[in-house]
Formats: sequence, structure tokens, C-alpha cells
Amino acid sequence: MDLDLSSVEPFRAEVRDWLRAHVPAAPLPSLETEEGFAAHRAWERELHGARLSVVSWPEPYGGRDASPLQWLVFEEEYYAAGAPGRVSQNGINLLAPTLFRHGTPEQLGRVLPPMASGEVIWAQAWSEPGAGSDLAALRATATPAPGGWLLNGQKTWSSRAAFADRGFGLFRSDPGAGRHHGLTYLMFPLDAEGLTRRPIGRLDGKPAFAELFFDDVFVPDADVIGAPGEGWKVAMSTAGNERGLTLRSPGRFTAAADRLVALWCERADPDDTALRDRVADAWIRARAYRLKGFETVSRTDDVGAETSVNKVFWSELDLALHETALDLLGPDGELEGEWLEGYVFSLAGPIYAGTNEIQRNVIAERVLGLPRTAR
Amino acid sequence: MVKFILDAEQRLFGETLHKLLAGTGTPEVIRAWAGGAPDRGLALWRSLADAGVFALAVPESAGGAGPLPVELVTAFHELGRHAVPGPLAETVAAAELLARLRGGPGAGETRDGDSGDGDSGDGDSGDGLAAAWLPRIAEGTAVVSLALPPAVPYALDADAADLVLAVDGDGLRVAAPGTARGSLDPSRRLFPVGAGPAEAHTAEAGEVLASGPAVRAAASAAFGLGALACAAQLVGLGRRLLEATVEYAGARRQFGQPIGAFQAVKHQLADVLVDLEYARPLVHGAALAYGSPDFARDVSAAKAAASEAAYAAARTALQVHGAIGYTDEYDLSLWIRKARALRSAWGSPAEHRARLIASLTGGRGSGGGP
Ligand SMILES: Cc1cc2nc3c(=O)[nH]c(=O)nc-3n(C[C@H](O)[C@H](O)[C@H](O)COP(=O)(O)OP(=O)(O)OC[C@H]3O[C@@H](n4cnc5c(N)ncnc54)[C@H](O)[C@@H]3O)c2cc1C
Repeated sequence: MDLDLSSVEPFRAEVRDWLRAHVPAAPLPSLETEEGFAAHRAWERELHGARLSVVSWPEPYGGRDASPLQWLVFEEEYYAAGAPGRVSQNGINLLAPTLFRHGTPEQLGRVLPPMASGEVIWAQAWSEPGAGSDLAALRATATPAPGGWLLNGQKTWSSRAAFADRGFGLFRSDPGAGRHHGLTYLMFPLDAEGLTRRPIGRLDGKPAFAELFFDDVFVPDADVIGAPGEGWKVAMSTAGNERGLTLRSPGRFTAAADRLVALWCERADPDDTALRDRVADAWIRARAYRLKGFETVSRTDDVGAETSVNKVFWSELDLALHETALDLLGPDGELEGEWLEGYVFSLAGPIYAGTNEIQRNVIAERVLGLPRTAR
Repeated sequence: MVKFILDAEQRLFGETLHKLLAGTGTPEVIRAWAGGAPDRGLALWRSLADAGVFALAVPESAGGAGPLPVELVTAFHELGRHAVPGPLAETVAAAELLARLRGGPGAGETRDGDSGDGDSGDGDSGDGLAAAWLPRIAEGTAVVSLALPPAVPYALDADAADLVLAVDGDGLRVAAPGTARGSLDPSRRLFPVGAGPAEAHTAEAGEVLASGPAVRAAASAAFGLGALACAAQLVGLGRRLLEATVEYAGARRQFGQPIGAFQAVKHQLADVLVDLEYARPLVHGAALAYGSPDFARDVSAAKAAASEAAYAAARTALQVHGAIGYTDEYDLSLWIRKARALRSAWGSPAEHRARLIASLTGGRGSGGGP
């Protein structure tokens, strides 16, 4: 393993300088509110202006062709600077990789640039009331219509869909086919005729996700990703990204670990070695995740099911960081504030992007090769 | 031989409260309370008083039926099980505080081993306060909030309280609550109680009413009873979280089976049961130790264990419910949030562990507070 980062230092310095000059002094309002969503969209535009919103993308779409290592460095600087959360994350981290692999040149040219600038913000619409972990149980349909498709049914838990512009998801286009067949991957406008959105408040009441009701929503053929009926395969290539490094980069956790150490200095009773040990452990785990990240981007083979190892690790690390912070705050731990906001966010980590129970099944069966459970 | 299981009467008391609360539909009461409309919560408060809950913490000579700590934890278990909002532990802790500050006849009734020093300092006003408020607490016409910094730095729901007390060191005063701060639990509003006029809650706000070692001792006893009540609430919360999650896991289907059929789900729920089963006797044992020199130690053991068990129940409930458990509109999330908030109320687990070690080692190790 080569840990010489000197080649990326000039890039790191540029990113750091820019962030120092531009990161808002006071935190933006929560990303999960209408007001905060708008503020974060404006921030995306600013980032994009410096070509820093999607550094790893090819230049024609707004990126810089940054290497995976440069991307890791960007993320470290980004979170260390306390920069705002990424309101475009589901488009950039989930839809864009899918398009790079399965999209047509026309789709890439049309969809990616406004995604990079924050002009169009995307929501993921996979889950349904009856299809969470068991995504293949989904029932929303896409029926052929002249020039395209008509969508019907219901999606739910779509993050920030109450404020986002467009959605992407899986629909059953051949009801006669098996569970993993006859699914089609589609993009649609969230303000389409026939589409009703109902915001849902997350644990702290902020309207972080929405239910979507489709009543003959028309989608043109141009907005099908991959071949009709091949949606499962297309979707699974995005799922790997969601569980892998891109959704939750190491920089986020190393920055949080440093903030936790600062909180310890400020608030801790130095005699409380149990809390001290938890702070140390969180920092160690954040560093481990960082080093593992360098290892992952250096690999040339397919990481495959090992992304599940990653997902379990980061989601539990995030929770540990925030639980430790709240415990350090003692009676102030329940009070509204930045640590509580981060804690509420971290509580969902073991649920979304494939629950940790599902990930452990995948690790046991596909990585370790243990006998499969009958399902 | 101490009685280690509840007798028939105590059991019946718990069941009666459970029925009363189940019939009330606490989620709506909680949401109204959180939304600044405390009327239904206050009506429920009076029903609880009629059922005898608050009288358990008020001495007989002051219009109550207490102190009856075993019955008190039985009641608070049910209050937690139904996530009843309001300064419940604060009110019974305040009753303990006031009862201890009464001078003269009746003071001995509190059965305390460590406050018989007779030096009540400037206790006259404490006495007057006790005479005025204890009967009202018992009959449910007084909602009282109480801050005991540093472990209990805020006055919970001071805006809905008829009396807000604070003890700083050895001075008791009627507090002038500042601006409320929001909690993860939407039904909890926490008010700083710094000295000074602020938005004066009562005419005599800010004035020190009693001071001296007797106040310090009374505050310490009040902290013990408040932490005990809170520990009992936590066990009740945990129990309800477990019951509701077991039910959900039996009904929710994925991959053609109830999710409760998956071992990964089963084991998490079994672990919750194990923790709760061993937190409950610690709470019960601490109630039995009321009045003995071991009371503070046993309360700390109970509060630490109950906090951890209830929080683990909340984490598991959330995880097993998946996204629906993460929503504000799903009633169980009221329990999930309250478990986290009560975990650090009335002394965080770390605080109680420190106190426990301090009492086991005769003061080695930290652990401050009242
Ligand atoms: C904050 C948040 C944001 C989200 N954002 C989006 C979004 O933008 N778009 C979107 O489409 N979805 C989103 N989701 C939904 C998310 O993908 C689902 O919550 C997740 O797939 C789990 O589904 P479920 O909630 O229905 O839980 P269920 O699938 O009902 O699971 C309930 C419990 O059963 C367990 N379980 C299920 N099957 C098994 C098994 N085979 N073995 C062992 N245990 C099992 C689970 O692990 C879990 O503990 C989001 C969820 C959250 C919490």
C-alpha cells in the first residue's frame, strides 16, 4: 500500500483555500426543510462555479476527471471545512453512476450538467410500503403508452422528494415475469401531472422524505435507463454505489471524529475513562475507515459484495460518533443542536441503503460463503 | 425478609393505571402537550392524582399517603409504558424535597437515615412552602417542576407548571425560567433556571427561600427519588417498545415471511428482553432501599441499568421497524425519542456510574451534583 499523498497535495491546497474563502460562517438551515433545501441548492451552484461539485466526473459534464484518490482528498477537505451537506447527493452518488454505466450519450448530456449545478435535484424512488428490504416485491407499474410509459402505484421514503425536481426508480413493466424480471428503470419529473407528493416528517419532524402517488404519470421512452425489463440489473449497479464509498466518504467521519475530540476537551470529565475510551475508539474507527478507503480506491478488482462490509462499518461508526457526543453532553444531550441533528441522521444509517441485517446476510453468504438461508 | 415481588394490591394498582392510560390514548395527549396545548395532559394529571399516584410521594401528615416508594415505581413504570408527558419525576422529587424541609413534627416520617441533623438553617420559608404545596401535589392540583443543577440543570415543562423550584448548592428558590429549549422528545421543553428576574414566573421568583445543609440534604433525597421515578419510567418505556416491536415483527412481511421469522430480528428482540428483565429488579430493589443508607447507591445502579436497557430497546425498535419507525407520525416514535431523552435526564448513565463507584469506595472517583 502506497500512502504517499504528495501527488495530490496541490489539489488539496486548492480545495482547502477555496473552501476557507467560501464555506458559510454559520451553518445553513437543515437540509431536510424547504428553506434549508433552497439554501443548499444555492450552495451547490457556488460549488459548481468552482468546478468542485462533481470533481470525479468527466469535464464535459462539469467535473475535473479527478482520480479516486483526489476525490477522497476532496471529501476530507470538504468535511473538515464544515461545508454544508450535499443536497444533490442521491443524484450524484446513485443516479449518475447508473447513467455512466447504462445511460445513452443523449441522456448523459441532458441529465448530468444540470445535476452538477444543482439546477435539477434528484430523488430516489425505489421503496414502496410493501417493498423495503424486499425491493423485488415492488408493485408500482409502468405500462406501455404511445411514445413512452404510464406510471401507476405508490413509492415511499423518497428522501427530500417533497422539494426535489425529478425522481428515478423501478417500475414493474411485465407483471407476468418473475420477481427480478420485467422491471424497468425510469426517470420522471416530480411535478408531473398525475403525481401527488405527501411529505413525511422524520424522527425530529423535519419533512425529510415523501410518499409519491402515481396516477397515469406519462414518461417518454427517452427517460428509460437501460433496456425495458432489465431494470433490476441496472438498479443493482447503483445499489453497489450506495453501499460503497461514494455515499459516505471517509472525510465525513474523520472530520466528525476530530470534532468529537474537541468536544471531549471542552466538556469531558477527564476521570471518566469509559467516555474517553469511546472517543478514542470512534477516532480509531474513523481512521480505519479512511485507510480502508485508500485501499479500496487502489484496488483494480471488483469490490462486489464487500461493499456490504463497508456499509455496516460506516453506519455503525456514524452512530457511535454521535452517541458518544450526546453522552459527553450529559443532560444537554437531548437538546436541539448540531450534534443532535447529526445523531438523528445517523440513526437512519443502519436502515437505508440496505439494512444492516440484510448487509450481514450478504457478508455471511456472499463474502464468507456460508450456506444460504432458505428464503 | 424484604418482599421481592409485588403483592396483589400493588399489582392491581399497576393494572388499574395501565387501563386508565390505555383508555386515555396517550399519543394524542403527548402530541397536544408537545404542541403547546396541555389541557388534556393536565386532565390526565388529575386522573392520575385521583388514582393516588402523586400522594405516594407526599407524607400522610401533609395530605398524602406516602412515602410509598414501591408503589411509586409501580406507578412510574406504567407512566413510562404509556409515555405520559409532563414533569412527573420532577413533581414527586419536589414532594420529597418539600417533605424533607418541613420542620417539627412529621419530619421523621420520611424515614431517612442521613438527614436527622436537625439543622434546618433558614428553613422557615421551606416549611411554609411545604405546607402550601404538598397537599396540592397529592391531590393533583399542583404540577411542579424542579431543577437540581448540575445533574438536572433545566426545569422540565416549566411553562405548564404551577410552581418551579431550583436548588443551587444549598439554596432553594422559586425559579424564574428563561427561554425554553427543545428536546429530541417533542413533549419535553427544557427551561434554564438562571437567577435573575427573566420572565418572572411568580412574584417571589428568584428569592432564596431556604438555605443551609438541610436544603442540601433534602435536594440529595429529592434527586434520589426523581432518578428512581425516572428509572421506573425507562423500564416501562422499554417494555412498551419491546411489546410493540414484537407485535410488528409478527405482522410485517418481507421475502414472503414475517420479519420476526429472521434470526437476526429474533436475537435483537431477545437481547432487549434480557436487559429489561434485569433492569426491573434493580429498580424495585432501589425502591425497597428507600430510607436506608444504600438508597443513593441502589438508585444509581437502577438508573444506569434502566437507561441502557430502555435505550437499547429504542434502538432495536427503530431498527426492526425500519423506515416507518423513523417517522414523527408513527406513534411508537414518541417512545423511541423519549427513551433517549430520559436516558440522560435525572443523571446520565455516566453520572450514575460515577456516583455508584463513589459510594462503593467511600468517595474515590468523581460524581458531583446535589
Ligand atoms: C432516512 C431514510 C431515507 C431513505 N431514503 C430513501 C430514498 O430516498 N429512496 C428510497 O427508495 N428509499 C429510501 N429509504 C427506504 C429504505 O431503503 C428502506 O427503509 C429499507 O430498504 C428498509 O425497508 P423497510 O423500511 O421497509 O424495512 P423492512 O424491510 O420492513 O425491514 C424491517 C426489519 O426487518 C429486517 N429484515 C428484513 N428482511 C430481513 C432478512 N431477510 N433477514 C434479516 N432481517 C430482515 C430489516 O433489517 C429491518 O430490521 C429511506 C429510509 C430511511 C430510513
